[in-house]
Amino acid sequence: MKFLVTPIQKLGATVIDLVYSLGSIGLFFYRILSALMTPILRPALLFTQLYMIGVKTLIIILVSGLFVGMVLGLQFYTNLVDFGAESQLGLLVALTLVRELGPVLTALLFAGRACSALTAEIGLMRATEQLDAMEMMAVDPIKRVIAPRYLAGFISMPLLAAIFTLMGIYGGHLVGVSVLGGDSGIYWSAMQNGVDFYDDVLNGFIKSIVFGAVITLIAVYQGYYSPRNSEGVSSATTRTVVVSSLLILSLDFLLTSLMFS
Amino acid sequence: MKYGVKEFWVGLFVLAGILAMVVLSLRVGNLGSQDSDGYKVSAKFQDIGGLTAKSPVRMAGVTIGRVTDISIDSNDYEAVVNMQIFGEHKNLPIDTSATILTSGLLGSQFIGLEPGGDEEYLTEGSQIEYTQPALVLEKLIGRFITSFSNKKE
Repeated sequence: MKFLVTPIQKLGATVIDLVYSLGSIGLFFYRILSALMTPILRPALLFTQLYMIGVKTLIIILVSGLFVGMVLGLQFYTNLVDFGAESQLGLLVALTLVRELGPVLTALLFAGRACSALTAEIGLMRATEQLDAMEMMAVDPIKRVIAPRYLAGFISMPLLAAIFTLMGIYGGHLVGVSVLGGDSGIYWSAMQNGVDFYDDVLNGFIKSIVFGAVITLIAVYQGYYSPRNSEGVSSATTRTVVVSSLLILSLDFLLTSLMFS
Repeated sequence: MKYGVKEFWVGLFVLAGILAMVVLSLRVGNLGSQDSDGYKVSAKFQDIGGLTAKSPVRMAGVTIGRVTDISIDSNDYEAVVNMQIFGEHKNLPIDTSATILTSGLLGSQFIGLEPGGDEEYLTEGSQIEYTQPALVLEKLIGRFITSFSNKKE
């Protein structure tokens, strides 16, 4: 009988684990939300984290955005020219970036650059008992450590996504117009005729806000509950990147099918 | 509170982000252009070809409006095209005619308006009476082939 019971037990244990971690993420999120007044009342904490999370991610976002846009410009232009439809280059580049690539690639880069660092930092604080020391001094680590980082990630993500998208559009312009010789006016006018503010730009913003809220939560949660040893911190960091990347891509599909159906 | 280099960079970052959002909204998303003001007119066409919502409405080549929505009249099976004419073009004669034209040979389609000579002007909700359907390339080629083969016989 054992060979029949064991797989069922394993399945049960997995489901219980899943529900448990979902519940504990939910409770953790509630604790962060109720602690959000602290970074608003003490902006110095928030500024430090905005610098660490937002400003230091800026370089990679700027460079990647430019190159993604340049690749899009190159690919779309060489293929559109075959159909004599190179006038639609601006529209294609802008729609691709505004709707999909801007929010998604920014979130993936953000998870790799900022969220992994967040998890490692908080995890190490946990491992070296800094968080416990704070609690001993009646300083709430959620208020002092987690909330400013969460808020900074939440604010940075949409801003970075907007910068990425804009860089991409200029990168497409650089290759499609300046190098390959398309027309600058047609590039912009095709874009303005085809891109709608509410349908495309606003939905892209909403996507980036959702991604920012979710992946920053994963990062601080994994750090806060990471095991207290170096192996635990490293596996928590890995988990942050893996889980947030998978969540970004699956949430993107979900949001796309809701928004653009 | 003293401000240092860090605050400067954070401020610059937030400013750049907000600026990017504004540029995306205004320049790319075309928010705040003269879409909301003006008046609506409608026109019935036998065939609209590839016309879609947001296609331009042009007079003498100048964009003076935009198609808002397209539906079908279930009584006479004709397409009903609603369009928004921008506010500054108030003096379109009531016997203006509308044609569906194509920019270039294979380009996107738009509505071309040809002014009439009437003293009365189009207003909110009025309908353009004189319309010409879109030139559908397949039908044209089909007609050409049949006339060609008829001649041969």
